[in-house]
Amino acid sequence: MSTTTDERETSLPDDPLVLPGPGGPGGELPPAPVPLLRRRSVRRATGRTVALLVLAGLSVLVLLPFAWMLVSSLKTNQQLFTVPVQWFVWPLHLSNYSNALSLIPFWSQLANTVLLSVLTVLGTVLSGSFVAYGLAKVDWPGRRLMFGLLLATMLLPGVITLVPTYVIFRDLGWVNTYLPLIVPTFLGSPYYVFLFRQFFLRIPEAISEAARIDGASELWIYARVVLPVSWPVISAVAVLAFVQAWTDYLGPLIYLNQPSQWTLSLGLTAFLTKYSAQWNFMMAAAVVFTLPLIIVFFAASKYFLKGIAFDTDVG
Amino acid sequence: MVRALEAVPVAAPPVAAGRPARSGWLTRRRRRWLWGLFFVSPWLIGLVGLTLYPMALSLYYSFTNYDIVGSTHWVGTSNYQLLWNDPEFRQALGNTLYLVVVMVPLSLAASLVYALLLNVDVRGQRVFRTVLYLPQMVPTVASAILWLWALNPQYGLVNTILGWAHILGPLWLSSITWSKPAIVLMNLWGVGGAAIIFLAGLQGISPALLDAARVDGAGAWSRFRHVTVPALSPLILFNAIMGVLSAMQYFTQAFVMGGGDTGGTSIGVGNSLQFAVVYLYEVAFADLRVGYASAMGWVLFLMMLIVIGLILKFSVRRVYYEAWRTR
Repeated sequence: MSTTTDERETSLPDDPLVLPGPGGPGGELPPAPVPLLRRRSVRRATGRTVALLVLAGLSVLVLLPFAWMLVSSLKTNQQLFTVPVQWFVWPLHLSNYSNALSLIPFWSQLANTVLLSVLTVLGTVLSGSFVAYGLAKVDWPGRRLMFGLLLATMLLPGVITLVPTYVIFRDLGWVNTYLPLIVPTFLGSPYYVFLFRQFFLRIPEAISEAARIDGASELWIYARVVLPVSWPVISAVAVLAFVQAWTDYLGPLIYLNQPSQWTLSLGLTAFLTKYSAQWNFMMAAAVVFTLPLIIVFFAASKYFLKGIAFDTDVG
Repeated sequence: MVRALEAVPVAAPPVAAGRPARSGWLTRRRRRWLWGLFFVSPWLIGLVGLTLYPMALSLYYSFTNYDIVGSTHWVGTSNYQLLWNDPEFRQALGNTLYLVVVMVPLSLAASLVYALLLNVDVRGQRVFRTVLYLPQMVPTVASAILWLWALNPQYGLVNTILGWAHILGPLWLSSITWSKPAIVLMNLWGVGGAAIIFLAGLQGISPALLDAARVDGAGAWSRFRHVTVPALSPLILFNAIMGVLSAMQYFTQAFVMGGGDTGGTSIGVGNSLQFAVVYLYEVAFADLRVGYASAMGWVLFLMMLIVIGLILKFSVRRVYYEAWRTR
């Protein structure tokens, strides 16, 4: 809301019940003195303050579990089990971190997780933009039908294909390799294709048409014209895919049975089973597992939240 | 999108050097067809190989006793009959429906309220948005472990906060009655994703509509009820359907918090966290009863279709698309 509308509205009564006399809106009579709390500007200001307070309260509630995780990760085991809860402990037991990380093969699991996540991002961005180009930028008769199919499969629950897909990959001899987790990302997952398509539709057609007239092939236009202007959606999809791969549990659980291949998700649950009372170690491991995502989020948040907004643009 | 560019090739000078205008079979039109198919092909391969074929396979398995190791026989509908009488499956379905009936509406309402608050032009709005979205960045397993500890009845965070308000917190995960509410609570922590979608929708509502309502004397509630909600209704529908789909496939948190990976026999106290997909996972990957698990998958799929169908039927007169600012 601009300030000018605010000023205009201060003279407008709130609802018909307090119309300032017979003149009505825009009447000649000066507005009768409106009680302070009923004036729009004041009410809006109080509304804003209330919103601010509620938001601040909610933010504290949202942040408390983070603080809890961090504080717990810096305590001794005795300090964890006290009533009332100790929020400030000294000295900080940073050794929890080194202990936790040495109790599981952390570094190799981190390497596995990074490898899997990076390949997933690569596959998702490449295939997502590639397929979306065919749906948004190439004018061919099948594209409406294809887009309809894509939307339909977006709603298809994974539970129906979970078991048979396992059987297929098993018959291919792909169990206990990363292939079942990576190959599908190179085949375009509907949601990401959708995000790319929505973005591509907004790129002016004139640019690609000009290249086309100059004799450029579609592949060239995709790689040299469309992709270079698509950084917002590329980074949004990259972050989403990264988060998805980093946090995935069911996929690795099903396909990776050898501890040497495990990702951090699997390593952390194994840790939970083995050292179930060592909450300080567990929280330290959880902090380390979460931190990279938080960093990625802050690094990309500018593009990221904008990129997600595209999926509201239905149609 | 209608393109007027159909005529361009005719008007354009003869195609640039290096690409002679081809006659014969490879017409311009056919060439576009081929390019389109070329770009879409990775997804088409995936659609056939990773969606349609597995679905057909799963339908076939659901009528067999396929268990990976033994010989496979056609068993007709007996898997489905067994499911009907399987008490554990019934319990899992009941638990799953609890999530659909309790968690989905609560999350929807919470994310809508959150989005409305974030849409108010307050100081530090960006910070609030970031904070709201932060829980989405916690890996599922990490948040499951965090909440396992935070829900500890005696030393945990949740009951500590309740203690500040002089409320004696329940036993949460150690109680059959409170374990599912604990899951709901944990999920409310992460409503940021849906809220961001609502927020984008709120910002897409044409200010002219709200101004018109205001000039007509509509109060705040009435503007919300008659302008904002109708304008957001497509997104409410979208988030509701997405919520139902994920609630009916709830897995990781329940599996980790219920101790599924420890090889225990019960998921959560008294199997109170035994959800449909958790049970499906056990049947398929621990017992290797692929046929039975496939039948379960189809039953779940049909149930999702029914629930979503009900939502669509309910919403058909209540969703408005006109309020969108066309771009």
